[in-house]
Amino acid sequence: MQVNGYTPKIVAFCCNWCSYAGADGAGSARLSYPENVKIIRVPCSCRVNPMFILRAFQRGADGVIIAGCHPGDCHYTSGNYFTRRRMALLFSMLDYLGIERERTRVEWISAAEGAKFSKTMNEFCDTVAALGENKRLEDLRCKQ
Amino acid sequence: MKKLSLAKLYDFFAAVAKDEALYCPVNNETGKAEYKRWSEGVELSQQLNTLRSAKDFFFPQTENLMAFKMEGKKIDVIDTREECEDFVIFGVRACDAASFDILDRVYLTDPVDSYYKNRREHGTVITRACGKPAETCFCGTFGIDAADPKGDITVWDVEDGYVFRANTEKGEALMAKHAALFEETDDKAVKAEQEKLRAIMAKLPLAGLTTEGVGEGLTKELFDRPEWASLSEACLGCGTCTFVCPTCQCYDIRDFDTGHGIQRFRCWDSCMYSDFTKMAHGNSRNSQLERFRQRFMHKLVYFPDNNNGIFGCVGCGRCLSRCPISMNIVKVMKALAKGGNK
Amino acid sequence: MQAMMEKRALELLENGTVDRVLGWSAGEFPYDMTPAVFETAEELKNNFVYNDFCGANLSKYLVKESRKGGKILVFLKPCDTYSFNQLIAEHRVLRENVYVIGIECYGKADVDKLKAMGIEGITGIRTENGEYTVMTVYGDKTVKAYEAMADRCLSCKSKKHVVYDELIGEEGEVIEDCDRFDMVKKLEAMTPDERFAFWRNELSRCIRCNACRNVCPACTCEQCVFDNPNSGISQKAAVTSFEENMFHIIRAFHVAGRCTDCGECSRVCPQNIPLHLLNRKFIKDMNEFYGDYQAGEDPEKKPPLGTYTLGDREA
Repeated sequence: MQVNGYTPKIVAFCCNWCSYAGADGAGSARLSYPENVKIIRVPCSCRVNPMFILRAFQRGADGVIIAGCHPGDCHYTSGNYFTRRRMALLFSMLDYLGIERERTRVEWISAAEGAKFSKTMNEFCDTVAALGENKRLEDLRCKQ
Repeated sequence: MKKLSLAKLYDFFAAVAKDEALYCPVNNETGKAEYKRWSEGVELSQQLNTLRSAKDFFFPQTENLMAFKMEGKKIDVIDTREECEDFVIFGVRACDAASFDILDRVYLTDPVDSYYKNRREHGTVITRACGKPAETCFCGTFGIDAADPKGDITVWDVEDGYVFRANTEKGEALMAKHAALFEETDDKAVKAEQEKLRAIMAKLPLAGLTTEGVGEGLTKELFDRPEWASLSEACLGCGTCTFVCPTCQCYDIRDFDTGHGIQRFRCWDSCMYSDFTKMAHGNSRNSQLERFRQRFMHKLVYFPDNNNGIFGCVGCGRCLSRCPISMNIVKVMKALAKGGNK
Repeated sequence: MQAMMEKRALELLENGTVDRVLGWSAGEFPYDMTPAVFETAEELKNNFVYNDFCGANLSKYLVKESRKGGKILVFLKPCDTYSFNQLIAEHRVLRENVYVIGIECYGKADVDKLKAMGIEGITGIRTENGEYTVMTVYGDKTVKAYEAMADRCLSCKSKKHVVYDELIGEEGEVIEDCDRFDMVKKLEAMTPDERFAFWRNELSRCIRCNACRNVCPACTCEQCVFDNPNSGISQKAAVTSFEENMFHIIRAFHVAGRCTDCGECSRVCPQNIPLHLLNRKFIKDMNEFYGDYQAGEDPEKKPPLGTYTLGDREA
């Protein structure tokens, strides 16, 4: 997962009901995903407050991905629909501020999609690795 | 007194900047003046005053005090202080220069604030007499003479140049170092400039403002005055007045967990904020009226109480022009004086 | 205008329709009016002022004032009525305790613009035929009113009052072809590097005074997330570029879909940061992604972030 010798740090917010199980599914199927993806389990993708995303960047993440149930499959009926709207706006705003759009992503990954989980994380890692270190949303105090 | 010709101002700047950091008011992209480090090609702002005050040089908005590293149960305290480099500030107005005296009373009396003292010792202040005072100016109310500012060196703009006068050893030393640039002069041009300026000051709308009704020993008379309610009712509780004020000196100390240690920093605080002086038991001032009153009582009563009658305001007028709802110390002083005469 | 407003306020105060009046109180100079509550006819006669420099949006004060008992009269400009309507929709203002008089508005003046023209030492301002004659200790100067008009008024979205009990002056129209998104479009057309440089330059001037938040009619939380010392946010320290970005992104996000674009944030910013460009980006995106929506226009309409459709675009 290195590009020019750089291994990015990725934070993945995973919905408890689908994508988190999807990560398990990937493991059971012996499909690998990069060890630099750090999973944070959330009850629903719509639990992810925009502040969480910025905080992740502050604390050294180079990319943040939110993984939730496919639209229509939300355990709480409609949570992911709200996620979709919020994140569409937030990511567009980050882009507007000149922060690389590719560092953030939303993916719908069900409990049965271990393969998609693995593929998505590998791809996302590659994309972020190519961008290099997060400089535009960094907090210098947190750098070692 | 020594004179510098118009053409030689930037030569002087260049000579000073060679040895130490030189800061002066510069117009920023919004057209407002702010202190910036001077380098070749940077133009000195001709505006009356900077949007933020000059206190930042000695008491910055945020500064790190120390750091902690933890390993198991062991805590290392790391002293992050560094000796400040020498610097010169050019173009400080009389009001801001007077504000340094007020800050000194707070930070250089026992217990001395070593962070402040460090900066103070390494800074040389060159003041500049005001050319075009604004309607918001009222330094005269507090006995400050805009035509004769303090500081290590005082500079007057005269017709064909600048007249410099060293007021302290630090100032003498700086001028002696660059003596080749100066020529001897008498005080005639300065006297004329001062006269002109004082005539303008007398015509300003706030020229007649006095400290009548406020000051030392008036806590009991003023604390429960009914005027506070109407004065504070529109206050938004933002920190604009505090943060542009040259004499506001309150700060908060906080710890920031960097993930690999703790950084202890201090930052300006504002008595207008809801969490100001919040303690374990809660907050001592729960309404905006109390917070608002604190700010003005501090400047107009408590500070004089503790400092031989010296007021905690220098009349720079920044809060008059920046307050989002146009409430300010002048309106407070007038309301208190008027109410007291009833 | 001032005379008509004062006369009507006096009538309503005297006949008992209202108990208090929320308006503007005279200042030290011709341009520094403070929002104030008047309780008596005497106070109104002595201190009530209305002129081109009365820019403050009074609607937010009603969150508190409408709960103090009795009825309060408020004067609202067209843009302020949007904020007021939005506060009604959010149940933050008790409508039954407020008597709204809509007042016509042709744009407010920005005294900073006068000062930027080198006009200093202002002692008086006379308004005549779309011109300001500014008296100063350095002599008089005449300026066209539109040259001193606040930026937010130059791209006014509506001269129509969306809510009022009565109107003084003429009712206007929604300005469909206003150019308020021009600067957003210009920024969007830049490269990410240019945009980053633009915002870094602007936001780095922030002094964390919180005036933008405290004046915002959409920011009416009892306790702001940024005022919670346990949240780990350095809410009053200008520490790092991160904190500046964090505060302004999150604040704009928290009011997205509720911001009526009244422009108070940019008006009060002591550092002249064009904060409205953040809010306008959200408004523009919401219009484009989810259909046109103007906060405050219709309190019954669902805000874009409070609803969804099955076919929404992917994030």
